[in-house]
Order: sequence, then C-alpha cells, then structure tokens
Amino acid sequence: MEQVLAFLRKEFRQLRRDPRMLFLLIVPPIVQLVLLGYAANLDVRHVPLVVCDPVPSATSRDLVQRLVASTYFDLVGYEPDARRVGEWLDRGEATVALVFPPDFGKEVAQGTTASVQLLVDGSETNTATVALSYASQIIQHALGVGAVSAGVVPELRVWFNPALSSRWFIIPGLVGLLLTVMTTVLTALALVKEKETGTLEQLLVTPLRPATVLLGKLVPFLLIGLLDVLLVVLVATLWFQVPLRGSIPLLFGCALLFLLNTLGLGLLISTLSRTQQQALIGAAFFALMPMIILSGFVFPIESMPPVIQAVTYIVPLRYFLTIVRGIFLKGVGISALWEEMLALLVLGLLLFGLSTWRFRRQLH
Amino acid sequence: MAALRMIATLFVKEFTQIRRDPLSLGMLIALPAFLLILFGYALTFDVRNLSLGVCDQDGSAASRELIRRFAITEYFDLKRQVDDPRALTRLIDHEVIRVGLVIPPDFEERLEAGRPAPVQFLVDGTNATIASAVTGYADAIVRAFSGQVVLEQMLRAGHRPPPAAVSVEARIWYNPELESARFLLPGLIAFLLMVATVVATSLSVTRERERGTMEQLVLAPLEPYQLVLGKTLPYLLVAIGSTVLILLVGRLLFDVEVRGDLLVLAFVVLAYLLAGLGQGLLISTVAPSQQVAFQIAIISTLLPTFILSGFVFPIYNMPPVIQALTYLVPARYFLVALRGVMLKGTGLAVFWPDVLLLLLFAGLMLTLSSIRLRRLFQHLM
Repeated sequence: MEQVLAFLRKEFRQLRRDPRMLFLLIVPPIVQLVLLGYAANLDVRHVPLVVCDPVPSATSRDLVQRLVASTYFDLVGYEPDARRVGEWLDRGEATVALVFPPDFGKEVAQGTTASVQLLVDGSETNTATVALSYASQIIQHALGVGAVSAGVVPELRVWFNPALSSRWFIIPGLVGLLLTVMTTVLTALALVKEKETGTLEQLLVTPLRPATVLLGKLVPFLLIGLLDVLLVVLVATLWFQVPLRGSIPLLFGCALLFLLNTLGLGLLISTLSRTQQQALIGAAFFALMPMIILSGFVFPIESMPPVIQAVTYIVPLRYFLTIVRGIFLKGVGISALWEEMLALLVLGLLLFGLSTWRFRRQLH
Repeated sequence: MAALRMIATLFVKEFTQIRRDPLSLGMLIALPAFLLILFGYALTFDVRNLSLGVCDQDGSAASRELIRRFAITEYFDLKRQVDDPRALTRLIDHEVIRVGLVIPPDFEERLEAGRPAPVQFLVDGTNATIASAVTGYADAIVRAFSGQVVLEQMLRAGHRPPPAAVSVEARIWYNPELESARFLLPGLIAFLLMVATVVATSLSVTRERERGTMEQLVLAPLEPYQLVLGKTLPYLLVAIGSTVLILLVGRLLFDVEVRGDLLVLAFVVLAYLLAGLGQGLLISTVAPSQQVAFQIAIISTLLPTFILSGFVFPIYNMPPVIQALTYLVPARYFLVALRGVMLKGTGLAVFWPDVLLLLLFAGLMLTLSSIRLRRLFQHLM
C-alpha cells in the first residue's frame, strides 16, 4: 500500500510539473462541449427554399407565406424560369424548390385538382425527409385537404424531450465522447512513452508489482477524468440547460465504471504498440472512431445490420451513452440501468485483465 | 538541381523510416478502408424496426386491424402486447420499446358512430431524430387507416367522396431512395482521411526533436521548404494509396459511384490531403513533446471533422458564430466538393470557391510549418 502511495505521489508530481499537459486535460473538453453542443444539431429548421411561381396568385403567395412563417423554411429567392430551378439545387443554394404551374391560380379557383411540385435535394437525407414531410403537411393543411372531422385521431405524447430538441440527445452523448477522447489518448501514451525513453526498464528493477505500477499510472488519469465529468456536466446543465433528472452520485458511479473501460483500452493500446506513432494510430482508429460511430452517439444502433449491431456490444461507450441519457433525460435509476452497468464492469475488467497480462509478459 | 537532390535524399530517408515500421505503414494504408467497410454499414439515419408496444383495451376487429397495419410495415416491430397502459411506461424506461400505442375501450364503438376515436401514442423522445420519424410514420399509418374507414362509411351511406384539391408531387434529386448512406459515405471518407493524414505527420518533427536527431538536419544545408517537402511527400504517397483503397471500397461495397469527372476528384482529394498533411506538420513543429502533439492532433481533427464539417450536422443549422468556425475545418470544403463530384456529378464550375479555400488552407499550413521550422533551426544553431 505504501509503495502504491509513494508511486502515486511521484506520478502526480510529474503531471504537475507539466502544466501544459494539465491545461490540455481541462480546457479542451469544456471548449469542445460548448462548440460542439451548438453545432451538433439535427433539428431541421431554416431549410433554404427557392420558389418558382411564373403567374403568382393569392393562393400561391399564401402558401409560400405559410412555409416561411413556419420557420422551417427560409426563402432564398425566386426563380422565374422553371427549367433553371434545378440549378439552385446543384449549386447548393437551395435544398427545396417549390414549383407552381403557370395555371395554378386558375385551377384552384375553378376547384379542379391543381398540383405543385416540390424538388428536394435528397443528398442530405435527414433534412430531405423532414423538410418533405413539413412541406406537404403545411401545403395540405393550408388547402384543407384531408380535414376530416371523424375517424381516428392520433394523440401524441412525447416523453423526456417534448420539444424534440436533438440537442438534448446529443449533449449527454458528448459527455461520454469527450471523456473517451481525453482519457483513452492519455493512457495510451503513458506506457509507450516510458518504453520509448527506456524508463520502463527502471521500473523493472524496482520491486514494484505490475499491478501496482499500472494502478499508480492510472489513478491520476482517473481523477482527471472525474474532474472532466464534473466540468462537462456543469456546462451541459447550466449552459445548455439540459435537464439532469436522475441521481448525480449514480452518474459519477457509472462514469467511474466507464473510466475503467477507457483507461483499460488506452493501457491495452500502449502495451500493444512499440512507438508513440503506433499508439496514436491505434487510439485514433481502433478506439476513438468506433466509439464515435458504433456507439449510438448519432447513428441509431437498431437501424444497423445485425452483424454491425453485434460489433457494437463490445463498444463500451454504447452502454455509457444509454446510462448517461437515461440519467439525464429519463431520470431512471439502477433498476433500469443495471444491465448496462454490469456490461461496463465486465468489459472494464476484461480490458484491464488483458492489459495487465500483456504488461507482465513484456516485463519478463 | 541541388535543391531537388536534397529533397530526394530527405524523401528517401523519411520513407525508409516509414518502411521500417511496417505496422504503422500497414495501418495507415489499410485501416481507413477497413473502417470504411465497418462504419459504412453502421452509418444510417434511416429509421427502421422501431420496437412498438401495444395496449389494446378494445380488442375489437377495428383495433386489431389498426395494430396489424403497424406490424406489417418495416418501420415498426410489434414487441409487446400489454393489458395495462402503465406497463408501456415501464417498457419505455427500460428501452424495451420506443413507442407505445394505447387503444381505448370504446374505439370501435366511436368509429362506428362516426365520432372522433382517439388513440394515444407514447413516444420516447430522447432521440429527437427517431422520435420525429416515429411521429411521421405513425401519423401516416393512422391517417391511411382512418381515411379508409371514413371512405367506407361514406360509400355505405351513399355519398361520393370529395376529390383532393391540391396534390403535392415530390421529386427527390441526387438520392431518390433517400438512402442516408449515400450522403454519409463521403463524410466518412473525409473523416478517415483527415485523421489518417494528421495522425501520420503530427509526430514527424516532434519525434526528431525529442530524440535529438534534429541537430543532424541542421548541419545539412537544407532550406525549411525542402524539409517540409521531404517530410510530407512520403506521407502523401501513403495517403494516396489509402484514398484509392477507400474509393474502391465505396464503389464496390456501397455502390457510391463517382458521377463527376475523375480528374476533378483526384485534384480535390490531393488538395485535401495536402491540407491534412500541412495541419499535421504544423502541429508537429509547434508541439514540445509527442504527447502534446498527439493531444492536439486528436482534439483538432477528431470531433471537429465529425461535427463541424457538415458530415452529419447541417452547417446552415448552426448559430452564426459556429458557422464562422467551420471555415477553419478543411473537411468542410472537401465535403462540398466531394459530394458534388460523387453524388451530384457537378464540376469545378460549381464548387471552385471551396476548392480554392481548401488550397489556401493547405498553403497556409505548409507555409506556417516552414516558418516554424526555420525558427526551430535558428534556435538549434
């Protein structure tokens, strides 16, 4: 025990002597959360709209007015020539084009079926799908189509996030992502650096046990990780006003479980690489990118093909994101989250066991 | 001529160093393509197979038909049938279901009587994108069901149904099936290449400084620009190899063919790779240790390229200040050009401003690196 403490003290001193490193640990997560929190927004608003209305009528003007008033669309211009409307989409100046036929007003006045054309840039699918459904709803509403008084009336109750703000979903996710980026990278470097500089041999001749060395290496990062969680949670709740409905101690307990995984992963990478460059490539491609893409951070896991879904089970962030979002938005407790917590514990112990084993083998 | 020979010598030296670490070299070339395969399948916003829980308090023919209509679509998966609406709440909490449908006891009775018959949807709103899709699908299914019921009633009563007054004809361009993979794949390519290029070069100069091999370079009569070229060219070759592999995977596995000019594509890619290598090199000349270089490289590429480039989150949706910041992310320009040439088949005539800005970015990065290198040299002398 004393050995561990002495070793810990040495590690802390080393960290303190490198204020630039300390700065890099604390400031970027906050700056990134603020920046990315504003940027990571999938809500579809202010979609650029171009209108082609060769013979404007009261109805067509009213329609355009309604689309713009909805705030879902921003009118970026009128194109007189129907054949050139597509060029606005090509140039990326408009995402949606509304094209009225020349006799639109006349047809509406006569009560015959008039048709308007919507051109949608489908390359951005999320925007396209949502914009298309908004536009058709607004148009059909305005013209009273499908206004039936009887029939089935759907009553929608959206839970946890009634305003359907994608920010509420993304920001708790960012907490997990930032934590991964900060801690995995750090630990991945910790041992490789010593290997490169040859200080690992020095540790070899000391009577310290491999587990002690690892513990001493990791505890400072663990504390920094928890500090990062605290800062990021403060920014998420105070700055972005994301509700934190569940238990804060539970959140920190789970963060600790998750840190076991990120630190274990970083350690594993460092025991597998010979140079810092290899560690960097390994951390970026094997740890960070899968965490971003396969964790459900933005891409829904249930839409992935079964094989890829199976892969997501070994991505620790997957479980942590369910936990963080559960605690933040749903306010649920251990009874709803124990499976994810268990998965984190098992994965974490596995990663740790594996890296300790690799580490011991390297020492001999 | 002598200058050229200098660059060549340095090039060979740097290249030998890369070759001596076959693990890194292999990872740099093959990993992006491998990850593209893995991630390419994962990238989708298309919402399918949403788990649905039902509480049918009516148990009538009409309520069963409504439920059947949900179950047969590819959008919903009927997971649970419960007797108590409160059970749905618990299932949503535990993420067993995303949507709960409650049909009240007098559902069929009201329909028959021609009165509005409410059904209740409980939607897990945590993921706003999924929730919006859910509400859209549910609304459409209910509307179709309701329309048919009302129509049958009108026909039975001897009325003629009214014609629709305005029809909306939608035409979707570039990606008619609205497959999100088509949109997301170029973004993934940009993401993988940026991380690969910056990661590859960010340690190159720092490493020599840490090991003290910089002094040897100072003794050789090299100009900083020669050093920059000698350092970046080998990595450029590696990155080109990786890009070719990536584009092949995109074409063969994901059917993302290049609609536009291949030469334009090559030019755009080259500009992007130079931007990435320049950024990595600059980091390498600024960072005092490999550890710090590593941190800066990850922080400046990983999340910014993912979130600020327009890869997934539309830039016009961001607040103006953040939009201004996206101009510092080279992937932003690359994505406009790449999506243009790959999906839309447009050419330089449309996206030349983006390519120009990308070239400017690359030029700036490489120039700054060479200035920094000169400083480092003077410091060592």
